[in-house]
Amino acid sequence: MNRFIVPIVGFAILVIFLMVGLNRDPTFVPSPLIGKQIPTFSLPRLDEPDKTVTDANLRGQFSIFNVWATWCSGCRQEHPVLNQIAAQGQVQIYGLNWKDDVGLASSWLQKLGNPYTANAFDKEGRVAIDWGVYGAPETFLIAPDGTVLYRHISPMTMDVWKTEFLTRIAAAAGETR
Amino acid sequence: MIPELGQLCTTIALCLAGVQTIFPLVGAHRNQRSWMAVARPAAVGHFVFLTIGFGLLTYSFIINDFSVLIVASTSNSQLPILYRVAAVWGGHEGSLMLWVLLLSFWTVAVSVSSRRLPDYLATRVIGVMGFISVGLLLYILSVSNPFLRILPVPFDGNDMNPLLQDPAMALHPPMLYTGYVGFAVAFAYAIAAMLAGRVDQQWARWVRPWTTAAWTFLTLGIALGSWWAYYELGWGGWWFWDPVENASFMPWLIGTALIHSLAVTEKRDLFKGSTLLLAIGAFSLSLLGTFLVRSGVLVSVHAFASDPTRGVFILSLLVIVIGGALSIYAWRAPGLDRNAGFKAVSRETFLLINNILLSAATGLILLGTLYPLVLDALAMGKISVGKPYFDTVFIIPMLPLVIFAGIGMHAAWKQADTAQMVRKLRWLVVIALITGIMMTALAWGTGPVLTFVGVVTGIWLVLASLRDPVMRLFGKGPLLTASMIGMQIAHAGVGLFVIGVTVTSTYSIETDQSVRIGETVQVADYSVTFNDLQQVQGANYTALRADIDISQDGRIIAHLNPEKRVYRVQTMPMTEAGIDVGLGRDLFVALGEDLGDNAWSLRIQYKPMIRFIWLGCIVMALGGLIAMGDRRYRAAIQSKSPAVESGTATKLV
Repeated sequence: MNRFIVPIVGFAILVIFLMVGLNRDPTFVPSPLIGKQIPTFSLPRLDEPDKTVTDANLRGQFSIFNVWATWCSGCRQEHPVLNQIAAQGQVQIYGLNWKDDVGLASSWLQKLGNPYTANAFDKEGRVAIDWGVYGAPETFLIAPDGTVLYRHISPMTMDVWKTEFLTRIAAAAGETR
Repeated sequence: MIPELGQLCTTIALCLAGVQTIFPLVGAHRNQRSWMAVARPAAVGHFVFLTIGFGLLTYSFIINDFSVLIVASTSNSQLPILYRVAAVWGGHEGSLMLWVLLLSFWTVAVSVSSRRLPDYLATRVIGVMGFISVGLLLYILSVSNPFLRILPVPFDGNDMNPLLQDPAMALHPPMLYTGYVGFAVAFAYAIAAMLAGRVDQQWARWVRPWTTAAWTFLTLGIALGSWWAYYELGWGGWWFWDPVENASFMPWLIGTALIHSLAVTEKRDLFKGSTLLLAIGAFSLSLLGTFLVRSGVLVSVHAFASDPTRGVFILSLLVIVIGGALSIYAWRAPGLDRNAGFKAVSRETFLLINNILLSAATGLILLGTLYPLVLDALAMGKISVGKPYFDTVFIIPMLPLVIFAGIGMHAAWKQADTAQMVRKLRWLVVIALITGIMMTALAWGTGPVLTFVGVVTGIWLVLASLRDPVMRLFGKGPLLTASMIGMQIAHAGVGLFVIGVTVTSTYSIETDQSVRIGETVQVADYSVTFNDLQQVQGANYTALRADIDISQDGRIIAHLNPEKRVYRVQTMPMTEAGIDVGLGRDLFVALGEDLGDNAWSLRIQYKPMIRFIWLGCIVMALGGLIAMGDRRYRAAIQSKSPAVESGTATKLV
């Protein structure tokens, strides 16, 4: 084969990969935690610092673990959706208040409503590292036995809730039954 | 009205770019003088209308016209005027406007200074550049229109990303883009020469100053970005192998190889195949970089636009421009290439090694950048290879490159006299070994072997580069042309850069400490005292400013004020590090989180010789600037250039 053809052939292969890559969702980053047990942790509660929130709280029922902070604009955007999900009552919502300020976070919850059963306060972001948190907001779906079923990056929407979360809850509930 | 006028001007510019493409290219093919004559006026008109369009867009930013979508999304009435102008290219749409504006600027620069060029070449070059412009303007006007309005008109804008509100960051994109787009000139020259079926030494001489100019801008642009990341991102790193950084670094590496390959083509009429391919490659990687950054195929902290329709458009553009260029190459280059007539030890060999190593480094970086994408396309999951991969694969081709660069500069064309080179360079090797090992051992004690190797090769390259110019200062040795002096200075810059990178990456100390106000902590030989913390008001932000003294041996040597800013509109916390700058070392303190009870986390870093990294880049750019000024690039066409040159060819670059 003529060596002058090599560049164009290489480029053609590259284009094929780029074409496939374009049709993929760039916000989809799978978590190595999926299918595994949730990491253990114990953090002070946001509203009552002398009490703790631990991984045990997340077990025993379907729960979602939502990483948020007052400095994150996506979190403000998804907040009404979380309120709506909480009102439906299918899951317990636990929050990981990430690298935030207690005062700001408390007034945020007073102003915008509090969908959370409890909030763990992760001042230094250590627990977030264990969970492989990539940025806020992120939401994990956790089965009653403590397995991570799904992770959603970027603000939660009702659409995502129905297609990704509720279907997985239904499937997981079906299996155990 | 103003934005609509801007859009109209941009549309007219698109039409003129079309004229600038069709008439010159078809005219040159059919050898019709009247059609070819359209090239220059069309290029000038294209530039003028685009400048007006860009100017009107800038005007909308200056007067805070929030009815324009991109003004509302990237600017704010509280933003200082300098940043309102910089906000024009702070987002996706505006930055592409800047891209095409610079492209048309380069086109005009080429057409004005190409009066001496034969028409068959000049018109084709202008035509090819017009073609690229048509593609990008179509993209802008169809899927990325910066002049779009928004209803209802917001009361105020969303503000510029606080990370970008910085003088270096305001300058970084224009610099980088000037470099990126500048490679379009070499690209257009390569296509034009292949279409015309003629690549000779005179052609190479015309291309060289343009390539060097683009390379110089790109060097400065990348250095600015790295410097900005160092002091603004707050964790003291200077290079992250982020896909966006790689997107600018790959064209730089290939551009560097192109500069060297062009030297061989100009002096020896060889390496034409690789010169053409590198010219295509440098610009193709610039375009690919734009695609990777803009389409969101690679997730990165930098990516500000992620839109599949845009991705499909840019990909089609890539296929047409790069695919077209490589097809022409596959068709024409076999008849033009010639790679014979030099001995194993000669400057040609060293430059060949240089091209291979630089291309290999680029290939490895491209692989690392695209590997996650390829794995994802094969449905094997999203992963990222990160810094460890790049650090390892980059050093493998770079170490021999730096060693050979010092030797290659002193090798003669065709056949080098090995004995004479050894006589010339042996003492420099000895000096490099002694000073390198002594300096490192005395300053920092022990270290890994690779660190000593790095410092010694860095010093070696500086010495080997500066040998001839320093001898010349004392009136000895051969006479040097501007392009030779530029080349030597640029190589010395590479040497300084290597020293800086090696020392910083081995001997840096980075600690995070919890410090109470009034407390003193010890980091290496330095005592860091946290005196006070105050609230201060900036133009569009509120900041906490720490007051920190650093002392050594009981003497205060630096007073730093790191800040933690919260920008009012985007309420995003930002670190503004306090840095005590020195050629030998930087002391870097960033204010971290409030740990309660008057304690704060402080990130304290000792960064030895980190300034050499950017100093090296500036020296490289200076070398480029000097080389560009060589008189022979401005001289009239020499009718028998090869013959005239041959007498001095063994000495010239």
